Amino acid sequence: MKKITKIIIISISVLMIAAFFLPTWDISLEAPQYPEGLGMQIWLNKITGDLGTINGLNHYIGMKKIEPDSIKELTIMPFILGFLILAGIIVGALGKKKLLTLWVILFVLLGIAGGVDFYMWEYDYGHDLDPTAAIIIPGMSYQPPLIGSEQLLNFVAHSYPAEGGIILIAAGIISLLALGYEATFNKTKTKKEYEKKDVKHSFISSFIHHGLVHHKP
Amino acid sequence: MKSLKKLIISALTVILVMSAFTYYGCSTKKGSTGPIVGDDAPSKVYVPPGKYDEFYGFFSGGFSGQLAVYGLPTGRLFRVIPVFSQDPEKGYGYSEESKPMLMTSQGFIPWDDAHHPELSMTNGTPDGRWIFINGNNTPRVARIDLKTFRTAEIIEIPNSAGNHSSPFTSENSEYVVAGTRFSVPVGNKDVSIDSYKENFKGVVSFIKVDPSSGKMNIAFQLMTPPYDYDLSHAGKGPSHDWFFFSCYNSEQSNSLMEVNASQKDKDFIMAVNWKKAEEFLAQGKAKDMASTYYHNTYDEGTHTATSEILTSTKILDPKDCPGMIYYMPCPKSPHGVDVDPSGEYIVGGGKLSTVIPVFSFSKMLKAIEEKQIDGEMDGIPVLKYEAVIGGEVQKPGLGPLHTEFDGKGYAYTSMFVSSEVVKWKLGTWEVVDRAPSYYSVGHIMIPGGDSKTPWGKYLFVLNKITKDRFLPTGPELPQSCQLYDISGDKMQLLLDFPTIGEPHYAQAIPADLIMKNSQKTFKLDDNKNAYVTRNEKEARVERKGNEVHVYGTMIRSHFTPDNIEGIKLGDEVYFHLTNLEQDWDIPHGFAVFGNENSELLIMPGETQTIKWIPKNVGVIPFYCTDFCSALHQEMQGYIRVHPKDANVQLTFSTGSKPN
Repeated sequence: MKKITKIIIISISVLMIAAFFLPTWDISLEAPQYPEGLGMQIWLNKITGDLGTINGLNHYIGMKKIEPDSIKELTIMPFILGFLILAGIIVGALGKKKLLTLWVILFVLLGIAGGVDFYMWEYDYGHDLDPTAAIIIPGMSYQPPLIGSEQLLNFVAHSYPAEGGIILIAAGIISLLALGYEATFNKTKTKKEYEKKDVKHSFISSFIHHGLVHHKP
Repeated sequence: MKSLKKLIISALTVILVMSAFTYYGCSTKKGSTGPIVGDDAPSKVYVPPGKYDEFYGFFSGGFSGQLAVYGLPTGRLFRVIPVFSQDPEKGYGYSEESKPMLMTSQGFIPWDDAHHPELSMTNGTPDGRWIFINGNNTPRVARIDLKTFRTAEIIEIPNSAGNHSSPFTSENSEYVVAGTRFSVPVGNKDVSIDSYKENFKGVVSFIKVDPSSGKMNIAFQLMTPPYDYDLSHAGKGPSHDWFFFSCYNSEQSNSLMEVNASQKDKDFIMAVNWKKAEEFLAQGKAKDMASTYYHNTYDEGTHTATSEILTSTKILDPKDCPGMIYYMPCPKSPHGVDVDPSGEYIVGGGKLSTVIPVFSFSKMLKAIEEKQIDGEMDGIPVLKYEAVIGGEVQKPGLGPLHTEFDGKGYAYTSMFVSSEVVKWKLGTWEVVDRAPSYYSVGHIMIPGGDSKTPWGKYLFVLNKITKDRFLPTGPELPQSCQLYDISGDKMQLLLDFPTIGEPHYAQAIPADLIMKNSQKTFKLDDNKNAYVTRNEKEARVERKGNEVHVYGTMIRSHFTPDNIEGIKLGDEVYFHLTNLEQDWDIPHGFAVFGNENSELLIMPGETQTIKWIPKNVGVIPFYCTDFCSALHQEMQGYIRVHPKDANVQLTFSTGSKPN
């Protein structure tokens, strides 16, 4: 790994610590009766905002209550990110390109898994509705968009990454770019590494070979 | 033929004249008389939808006992704050939590005559924290918290018999004053009314205000001669240490006062040095006097009022306190006593006077120093009129009552009898403009117009007679307020608007000083009411002998519990209801069929209690009275009332699951 790549990987890993202290995702709702705004912020470990009000409104359409205590992701997420950050710093410090590749793949996979999990969570809330609810509109579900805006009855729901989420996404993109940079501009080093490996390999094989030779009667 | 021609001509003339009258009649039928309003007037009082008014206006309700909040300059009514009178709309004075607010030594007094609102001040400028208002009938002073726009505190004024010269405050609201309008034999003595001069006294109270909490307590009372103390204002700047009180009835009459109290050429303005009074108090010059009075406070944490009964006040007698009080002679039966923004001029509003006398504070100090004294009354020196007068406004009009200031060197005085407002210049005392009032103006108000820093853009004219100003509503009409633009040389009429009750005075303050602090909801987590129910799981019904306590919750759009059985005739039912909402502007109401009490209107996060005594066996409905949601009509429930001797258990439920 080039020195600049090491610096970048360590920097983005450190920067991602900020995501512990900032909301990851923001869901805001717009309706004529809420000129002051209404919304909730999803953090790594909690949900803040007008949860009580949103739950109160959602009960009319039979949506389950959003209860942060029963969402297991909120207890797991800090550890996952913590692991990713720690691994990033180690990868940067060791400077091994193979480890970098592994780390970036892990990062991207976790990102996708997070997105899928969030989508499924939204799907569940939007579709698993109480059949005795006061308001039932045939064919209507209330899943907020994963990212973007959508009209749900009298509300327009906006779902976008918040500060912490933007940092994580940016870090993911930078890590991909760093990997691409390494792949494009650090071929010589790669060759050397291969050569080193080859030398090692030949040494070992020769050793084994020798051994075999020696032991062969 | 000639005579026929004459007849035709005269007939035509009559028709012409008649049609001219008819035309005139048509053109005046549209509205009452008055000057032509300028073309730009509508735009000056128009606030587009969704935009805010420039000022909050607080207008006393007079005999309604309440305080009205308007947006100015539009004159839009926002809220009526219940203060001294019960308000069934909000449950104020009916709910168990708010009932103690209206307790006095005379018992539960559900009404008063609320005259003068006065904003709290910092450095002589209204600060938007609290507003004080007096109860004239059963002497009281209330403090309203402008975070919640609710009455936070009411203190009764003992030894007083009509709290009119109140609740004016000093420059940092160190003191709120309360001078009695009626002198009485202090201590409820059984004496002949004719013994007025020997036995009657006028007591003036000084209420200390805690600078951080606003809590009031009566620091001391002045025992003064038996005059009628009418109005008051504190000094400012150089006159910071002084309060001024107008008084009439220096004749000391006790009957047919419209004649007997109008005999002398001059009555008085009483100048009180409150710093001196503090010194005398510290020196132990005050005598303790047994006096029972109530001090009621409303705690926003418990959402509950409590009454404290106090039993003693400290009385300062001017005879023991030289240099504390002086009288300045003032023509004639003065009403207003108003101090200009500089603190130098004190304007007396002699109702029956032909001039407006303006006293000079610096001359007053000089007169005291040079002992320019013209007799004394009960140990209070009377200063010479010539020694203290700064100037007189000549021929201002008839019936000068009250003066406000624009901060640009002008004063505005209301003229009750000639029904006009007169603008005059401080220092030269010349009248520069006059504008009619419709009709018979009492008090006037300029935002901050009695403070050090008037926002001298508008003048509000509070009239006593309305007659033809609005669409008629039978014999009883609203009071009317006129708004004049005073930003130019000439006063320009902009707007008429009706007011609640009878405003005796008003205050206004730039909106941003208040709106930024206005509370939206009460935090449910911070609710310390003794009967709070924080969530539906805790909702329950408990019996204590013949008392039944319902610990209920309200949230869109149901009550928990909403079915209650097991209540018997002879029970007293207390509904302790908590609004679980934490959403802005989602109050819930609560009303029970046939309750001799009122309804409740409960704000988000608040708990309130209403008592109900069932009168018949049967099933009684209750419901939410505030249209809270699309399913508001469904927000209702039933209570089953059994005969007195029924052997039943209390049961309660919501939804299908009985508890």
